[in-house]
Amino acid sequence: MSAFGLHEPGSSVLHRAPAGPSLLFVLVFAATTVALSSPWWLGGACALVAAGFLVARIPLRRVWPLLRTLALLVVLILAVQWWFLGPAQALVVCLRIVAALGVASLFTLVTRVEDLVDAVERALGPLRRFGVDPERVGVVVGLTVQAVGTLAGIAGSVREAARARGAERSITAFAVPFVVRTLRYADELGEALAARGWGDRGADDVTRADTRSNFN
Amino acid sequence: MIEFEGVGHRFGERVVLDGVDLRLTQHRVAFVGANGSGKSTLARMVNGLVVPETGRVLVDGVDPARHGPAVRRRVGFVFTDPDSQIVMPTAGEDVAFSLRRSDVPRRDRAARAARALAEFGLDGYAEHPAHQLSGGQKQLLALCAVLVGDPDVLVCDEPTTLLDLRNKRRFAERLTGLRQQVLMLTHDLDLLDDFDRVVVLDGGKVVADDEPGPAIAHYRDLCR
Ligand SMILES: Nc1ncnc2c1ncn2[C@@H]1O[C@H](COP(=O)(O)OP(=O)(O)O)[C@@H](O)[C@H]1O
Ligand SMILES: [Mg+2]
Repeated sequence: MSAFGLHEPGSSVLHRAPAGPSLLFVLVFAATTVALSSPWWLGGACALVAAGFLVARIPLRRVWPLLRTLALLVVLILAVQWWFLGPAQALVVCLRIVAALGVASLFTLVTRVEDLVDAVERALGPLRRFGVDPERVGVVVGLTVQAVGTLAGIAGSVREAARARGAERSITAFAVPFVVRTLRYADELGEALAARGWGDRGADDVTRADTRSNFN
Repeated sequence: MIEFEGVGHRFGERVVLDGVDLRLTQHRVAFVGANGSGKSTLARMVNGLVVPETGRVLVDGVDPARHGPAVRRRVGFVFTDPDSQIVMPTAGEDVAFSLRRSDVPRRDRAARAARALAEFGLDGYAEHPAHQLSGGQKQLLALCAVLVGDPDVLVCDEPTTLLDLRNKRRFAERLTGLRQQVLMLTHDLDLLDDFDRVVVLDGGKVVADDEPGPAIAHYRDLCR
């Protein structure tokens, strides 16, 4: 099970909140954590995110992998930042990351990608006359969320295979198959999208009318 | 109707297809041949994912090389590995994704997707994470997501290669009785009994083209 990118069905207030405003809130929240530099305020932000997980009644089995990933990140970042910036600054950076990643993953847990895509489409609608294709941007956003989950899944199974061969410490035993499988996934996904009519840049809108008659 | 007229293709130096001439009017046509015999390349030409170097392909008179997007809207494609064709997190969303470019109104999509899932024996799975379905269910989902767009032609590239025997059968059953013309590439010869026509490819050439019985016999000889 991956840490990010999969919806957890539920009926809490957060699940029922409309996707558009929720997304806006997440963006503002993340921006605010960047602006804040008091560890107290940032700690408060983290507590707020944790409260959000409780309110949404996200089951522990979904929270665990997230916590593990966050803990790993925090340890790495703390070590590096401590060295460069000292303990106080390092703590601030870590709290910021926990708050921002926490709120983002909570959002993906309570929001169906379909709704997110719709929200993005609606929000970008007015930009259509500047040449933006809101549908396309919406789908790209949805796919990105989905891809994060898929990549985490690939990483998991590659790590498992490496462990089965007793190579859990080897970086190449992880990196080589991970890169190969990721590239193959990207390749096949691109082809599958094209086959489902999403690879095309509206290119033949001109020709569509005159070809249609041939099919009927 | 799908026509291949003098179709040839190379990848680099390697000749992958060589002078393929076919007029496929039958409802159910299968392609068999060894790995690397050019089946997938031929199939991808039907919806313009690969453009032939020489000759041309026509789908109901339209050339996918020139009108790719228009043809792709009429040609549904099921790949071997369902994991790379399911692009949305849940089964329901993935089917609804196919409806985005159709004229089904936004608010009807979820209900329409749920109904389509039910037809494929996946009722109750709309909210289910797609990647946690079994292999057989995933491939049925992929087929469902393609057919909900109501294409005129369905191309399946080894759709049952990763499935167990029971799921192979289940998938093949889904293909019978479809309105669509079906082109299936496969190594599962026992699924071909009720096909109208079987084309055998070898080294990029058509070496047999007949009813299932004789064509499969020819293919078995070839493999000895
Ligand atoms: N994108 C590609 N680039 C280079 N070679 C390719 C590509 N796709 C297929 N081939 C080569 O073309 C040949 C035929 O492949 P393919 O059509 O996939 O055969 P089949 O589906 O019958 O196994 C193989 O030798 C394969 O290696
Ligand atoms: Mg193939």
